Amino acid sequence: MSLKDEQTLRVVLYEGGGSQSFENDRRYQAMSALLDRGYSVTRTTVGGRVAEDGEQPMLVLGCFGEEAAGDLQARAEPRVRLKNASRLDVVAMVAEADSFRGETGAAAQGAWKPWFPVIDYDRCTNCMQCLSFCLFGVYGVDAGQRIQVQNNDQCKTNCPACSRVCPEAAIMFPKYKAGPINGDVVSESDLNREKMKIDISALLGGDVYQMLRERSDKAKSRFSKERDSEKALKERQKCLVKLAQAGDIPAEVLMSLPSPEEIAKRALEAKAKAEAALKAQGNTP
Amino acid sequence: MTRPRVLYCHCAYAQVIPKDVKESVLRSLCDSGLPFDAVADLCEMSARRDPSLKTLAGDGTLKIAACYPRAVKWLFNAAGAPLEIQHCEVVNMRIETAADASLKLVADTLSPNLPPDKSGPSGS
Ligand code: SF4
Ligand code: SF4
Repeated sequence: MSLKDEQTLRVVLYEGGGSQSFENDRRYQAMSALLDRGYSVTRTTVGGRVAEDGEQPMLVLGCFGEEAAGDLQARAEPRVRLKNASRLDVVAMVAEADSFRGETGAAAQGAWKPWFPVIDYDRCTNCMQCLSFCLFGVYGVDAGQRIQVQNNDQCKTNCPACSRVCPEAAIMFPKYKAGPINGDVVSESDLNREKMKIDISALLGGDVYQMLRERSDKAKSRFSKERDSEKALKERQKCLVKLAQAGDIPAEVLMSLPSPEEIAKRALEAKAKAEAALKAQGNTP
Repeated sequence: MTRPRVLYCHCAYAQVIPKDVKESVLRSLCDSGLPFDAVADLCEMSARRDPSLKTLAGDGTLKIAACYPRAVKWLFNAAGAPLEIQHCEVVNMRIETAADASLKLVADTLSPNLPPDKSGPSGS
């Protein structure tokens, strides 16, 4: 899946000149349903400010009568569709949007939970620890050797592990439950705690993933000897929950970690990338 | 003075914003008589580097109903659509009550609250 540069369909609930307003409840129901479906929605009124029209596909729904809609459509660009919504219920409005999205190839939102790191460059010192830590190729560097999140959709859903290795608390996951990872203000005590975590990972030989993998494997072999499979499953879940709580790494991520050999290979690759970027930084005047 | 433009984020793909808060804020906006823009999920748009984030960031005063200002600032930045620090107020639906958030959004006045820029680099 490539996420880059896809446009979102914008649906405009047009309530400007030449059109009647939607009733309050109908407007709300339409807004809600369209947003739940992943569309951007704009409500326009006479003279009010909304975001300017860009290049994206746009469906304009208004109560302006069939004839006026036809006239307006004849003058519109192909990326714009005008539709008289006087007789459309909310389900029909969403169906119109779905059909126009299909025609225009606009992005289908919602297929993936948008979980990925966001870097606070006011805090980031470009130390590359996140790049060398992540085994899934989420990080890279830009042309100026600055750290960058490049492959957002390769990030493991609900795993904020890299935010724990950042010594500056510069990595956010906006959908995380607690601060400062969710974007809340970073306090001095947060900063000390983040630094502590680094020390812990260093004590473990720097390879947290390897350690977790081994613990997970040990748990697996222990439980495979269990007769009572349901009990074993429960035990294992308990163990994984403990690990997850300790390291803040979701059980699904632990379960889907690659083999130790693959981990070692990827860790080396990530480390090499980080070292190259740091070296290039050193060479940058 | 021109009234600030309003952008509402529906945070569609996680239960980050309490459901009752976002529903109530959306309803207040719908009932307010004001024009506004709404998006399903700013996080997803940022991950896509959705070009429409540039028009949403726009120019002039802007109020955004979403989550933490620091997160919103860098989500826009990551998509190459930096917000204007002096002209943007983020209303945090994670911590505000629905009533307070709605009042802030429909008010004529703007209280800029994005963290000030410390470093040079911005946008990607
Ligand atoms: S670990 Fe933190 S400070 Fe270091 S490059 Fe990554 S985001 Fe920046
Ligand atoms: S910007 Fe905040 S409110 Fe909007 S989708 Fe992301 S986490 Fe949710």
